[in-house]
Amino acid sequence: MDNFETPKQYQDYVDKKSPNSPILKNCICAFLVGGIICCIGQVILDICKARGLSVELSGTVCSIVLIGLSAFLTGLNVFNKIGKFAGAGSLIPITGFANSIVSPAMEYKSEGYIMGVGAKMFTVAGPVLVYGISTSILVGLVYFILM
Amino acid sequence: MQKLGKQTIKFDTPPTITSTACIVGPKESDGPLASYFDKCLDDEFWGEETWEKAESKIIKETVSLAVSKSNIASQNIDYCFAGDLLNQCISSSFGLRELNIPFFGVFGACSTFVESMSLGSVFIDGGAAENVLCATSSHFCSAEKQFRFPLELGNQRPPTSQWTVTGSGAAVLSKSGNGPYITHITPGKIVDLGIKDANNMGAAMAPAAVDTLLTHFQDTGRAPSYYDLILTGDLGHIGKEITIDMMKTHGYNIKSNYNDCGVLIFDKEAQDTHSGGSGCACCGTVFSSYVFKQLQQKKVQKVLLVATGALTNSTSAQQGETIPGIAHAVSIEL
Repeated sequence: MDNFETPKQYQDYVDKKSPNSPILKNCICAFLVGGIICCIGQVILDICKARGLSVELSGTVCSIVLIGLSAFLTGLNVFNKIGKFAGAGSLIPITGFANSIVSPAMEYKSEGYIMGVGAKMFTVAGPVLVYGISTSILVGLVYFILM
Repeated sequence: MQKLGKQTIKFDTPPTITSTACIVGPKESDGPLASYFDKCLDDEFWGEETWEKAESKIIKETVSLAVSKSNIASQNIDYCFAGDLLNQCISSSFGLRELNIPFFGVFGACSTFVESMSLGSVFIDGGAAENVLCATSSHFCSAEKQFRFPLELGNQRPPTSQWTVTGSGAAVLSKSGNGPYITHITPGKIVDLGIKDANNMGAAMAPAAVDTLLTHFQDTGRAPSYYDLILTGDLGHIGKEITIDMMKTHGYNIKSNYNDCGVLIFDKEAQDTHSGGSGCACCGTVFSSYVFKQLQQKKVQKVLLVATGALTNSTSAQQGETIPGIAHAVSIEL
């Protein structure tokens, strides 16, 4: 193409032509839905504590309920619709993590339980696990050395 | 046949497009072209266990519909040219394995339909075949699975992304017939202007479409106004605008008679398809339904169909490679 001499020129032109994601709208939706999910978590936590569970145990129960709920909604083909609206709002809380494991498990069931569900379950969540655990090891080492 | 200019072929006895057929999925059935399709499916599985099997069934049924509409016995069809997007073109080879017609698997990504028609026409005008079958398919779910993320994953699609068309288009080309005729083909070069964003295929493929259009006009000496309709395969809204812009800088105004199958097949706002349709079936179904009927009713007489393809896969994308584009053109006239 003689009117775009370098890929850079074309990329700049394409960037100008391509609409950006509606960042403000996405941020507001994420804030609202993320906030609602956190409120639901707080309600579960308070109920557990009111029922006499320890703070630590209440936190665990809260995580289990949110993960279960998110996995259930993923199976019902509802979570992806929430995610489409909420973006990071439903992705960042533990709900997003559950969705990222359940969705490939559903998708790859057609390849069998070993090479499909088993092997592909962590295709999306894998990096989160690898770098989450690695970071926690590093932080733990720093803590060990300094303290 | 003879070669014109750099890369165009002009046929001495232009092959006739005897019949076309197309079957589409539920989302396409809700789109603006719904009334033109031969068959609209209610669900993406069509009674099969997997999306891959569903896609094979779609291409199989589309092909048998095209053959029955042509009134040519399938044993009189000499060769079949077909391809799709799934690894090693399994939709075509699995769907057409019981066809008993010599088979050429064609891969041109989303340009496959026109590539198949081009090769078929060369076979016919070269005297190697009386009748050939050209087909292609794509499936939103199987394509998402192979190229992107699981369907149930709650993520957002950027505004530049496109929606893979679920469906299949097929055409039977014959040596004798009363048209519409394939008079010229302009096979395209691979063009890569360095786009890496797999969510902006229109921008990656537009330079290839422009290159093929310019070459076609130069080789044939025709102006864009010669055609009633210039139709690209799946550039979508953004790719279409880029193509119009780039053609303008080369001194060609194509705005009045140019459109894109990816723009036509979905209602962008109502169907939330962002930049429009994509996939092999985008060009295949729009041509086999809407455009072919327009030709039959003589509402358009001369069509330049330019199918565009992004020659990439998920490995190359993850390795940070750019996306090479390709575009093949066929000139279809009454």
